[in-house]
Amino acid sequence: MKTDNVINTNGEDRRRLIEFRGVTKIYGAGHSSMEALRGVDLRVDEGEFVAIMGPSGSGKSTCMNILGCLDTPTAGTYMFTDVEVGQLNRNQRALLRRHYQGFVFQGYNLLSRTSALENVELPLIYRGTPAGERRTRALEALETVGLKGWESHTPGELSGGEQQRVAIARAIVTGPAVLLADEPTGNLDTARSREIMELLTSLNYNRGITIIMVTHERDMAAYGKRIIRFRDGLIASDEQNGRDR
Amino acid sequence: MLWNAILLSLREIRRNILRSFLTTLGIVIGVGAVITMVTIGGGATAQVREQIASMGSNLLMVSPGKRLGPGQTSGTVPFKVNDAEAIAGNISSVAAVAPVSSQSVKAIFGNQNWSTMVTGSDNQYFRVTNRSLGVGRPFSDSELRSGAAVCVIGETVRRKLFGGQKALGERIRLQKISCEVIGLLEGKGQSTMGTDQDDIVVIPLLTLQRRITGNQDVALIQVSVHQGASTDRVQQDIERLLRERRHLSPSDDNNFNVMDMKEIAKMLTGTTQLLTALLTAVAAVSLLVGGIGIMNIMLVSVTERTREIGIRLAIGALEREVLMQFLVEAVVLSSFGGLIGIVLALISSVWLVGVLRVPFIFNVGIVVVAFLFSAAVGVIFGYFPALKAARLDPIEALRHE
Repeated sequence: MKTDNVINTNGEDRRRLIEFRGVTKIYGAGHSSMEALRGVDLRVDEGEFVAIMGPSGSGKSTCMNILGCLDTPTAGTYMFTDVEVGQLNRNQRALLRRHYQGFVFQGYNLLSRTSALENVELPLIYRGTPAGERRTRALEALETVGLKGWESHTPGELSGGEQQRVAIARAIVTGPAVLLADEPTGNLDTARSREIMELLTSLNYNRGITIIMVTHERDMAAYGKRIIRFRDGLIASDEQNGRDR
Repeated sequence: MLWNAILLSLREIRRNILRSFLTTLGIVIGVGAVITMVTIGGGATAQVREQIASMGSNLLMVSPGKRLGPGQTSGTVPFKVNDAEAIAGNISSVAAVAPVSSQSVKAIFGNQNWSTMVTGSDNQYFRVTNRSLGVGRPFSDSELRSGAAVCVIGETVRRKLFGGQKALGERIRLQKISCEVIGLLEGKGQSTMGTDQDDIVVIPLLTLQRRITGNQDVALIQVSVHQGASTDRVQQDIERLLRERRHLSPSDDNNFNVMDMKEIAKMLTGTTQLLTALLTAVAAVSLLVGGIGIMNIMLVSVTERTREIGIRLAIGALEREVLMQFLVEAVVLSSFGGLIGIVLALISSVWLVGVLRVPFIFNVGIVVVAFLFSAAVGVIFGYFPALKAARLDPIEALRHE
């Protein structure tokens, strides 16, 4: 899989990372079928920080599952770099996730009774990284999210904000092309949420990690450089965030 | 990939140490039971063989009655002393012939009494049964001919009646007769059948016939064959001679039975081996149940860990990696259980061997087999839950509470 495929559109010299062309997702069949996405066109370039908003049932979660290669479109094409994800089988999609994507969930989804370090090491184990390097990189990632010295704590011993930081460390430890965050602040109070958003912003700014985040909070979406609103399975609005930060 | 799976599995086992231990318990017990049974059974079989060898493999037992099966007879026309004399006089290669009759009696000395078996025979008896006198003398010819009230006693009888006192030359009471103790047999311990071979009083056959049983019958003729001579041939010769003496027509079946010690040995080791096999089979069932226990816990574990599996799949674990992890977990658990079972079996075998007084025969083969079997149990019973885990839909799994 090549990532150095440069596509020049709109005169901009940015590399296309993700492109949806008429992506449709239908759950079920016959009368009980439900159209979650109805021909979505979307392009995300490298280095973007996209916030996806929308009421529940608007298709944003389905969009996220497809972006994360956990699900495939019923119709249309999903290009990740120059790979058509719809053509990949389950294992190939798992490998794509492993090597190019990082996940952050609303519920943190850490392994319980497992130390922060071992949680962060998990994706590296699947990559087959040698033990020494695995440890070094996991410690670095924990330091990046501001949890230096917390590596031996288990999720039960950490606050929600800290758990989410561990989850972010786990997502970035592999150096992914894109970080997919599904309501990352949904379980946190405003102060913790802001800390998490600052962290994501700095990862986007300093490391150039592309971030796509689903949220229903306007305040959090405001951290994104670009805000997309979903309604009834379609993109209702897509605008650059003109904030001055 | 296998190394990764082992690493992940070990972390998972450590994470749930109590559950892991309980999961392996079935295998521990199964493997432990199988190895213990085989070890004890092997020891018992070896002991039977050893004891039969000590009795002499060149021994023939001639008993009256039709042969029904191994060791079973019925319908008796008893032997007389002259049958034994005829065997001794007419058949070559015979080393010794002892006519034997016995009866259980109460032996009394002073205020001590002891129920034992009194055997009437002659000096050949000691030779045939491979026994020697520790102290004292055998019967004299005149004592045998006249049916004198003299006896040779075994160690158990001596201990029960005399304790620390001197026995030789004392008189003990056997029913109505008062016998002088002229000799003490050397101890021989338990027999193959589990009876105490030292719980014995030997008196001249004539004394027994006249004063205890009150008939002329001989219950058993024990014949020992010269070393190196064919017991089969001697057996055939005895059969021919006895058929003649008992006036059997060619169409009649033998109404007596000549049994080779080898045959008895085969019968007895066969019995112990059968018993061992049965007990091992029962133990093997518990091993199987242990395997089902592992499958059960693994299935519960898959359901309980659905979310975790979802996380792994979302992070980029392949189906076969999740499969491997769960499979390796099951195999590690079951083989670890196997190892504990082996240790447990060795401890319990050593203990039981001491209690049952059988030799400790360490069977490396069964230990290896039991270990491999426990690992195989892990593979077989771990596969289905592992497959279930690997096939989970990551989206559904992540949503699972």
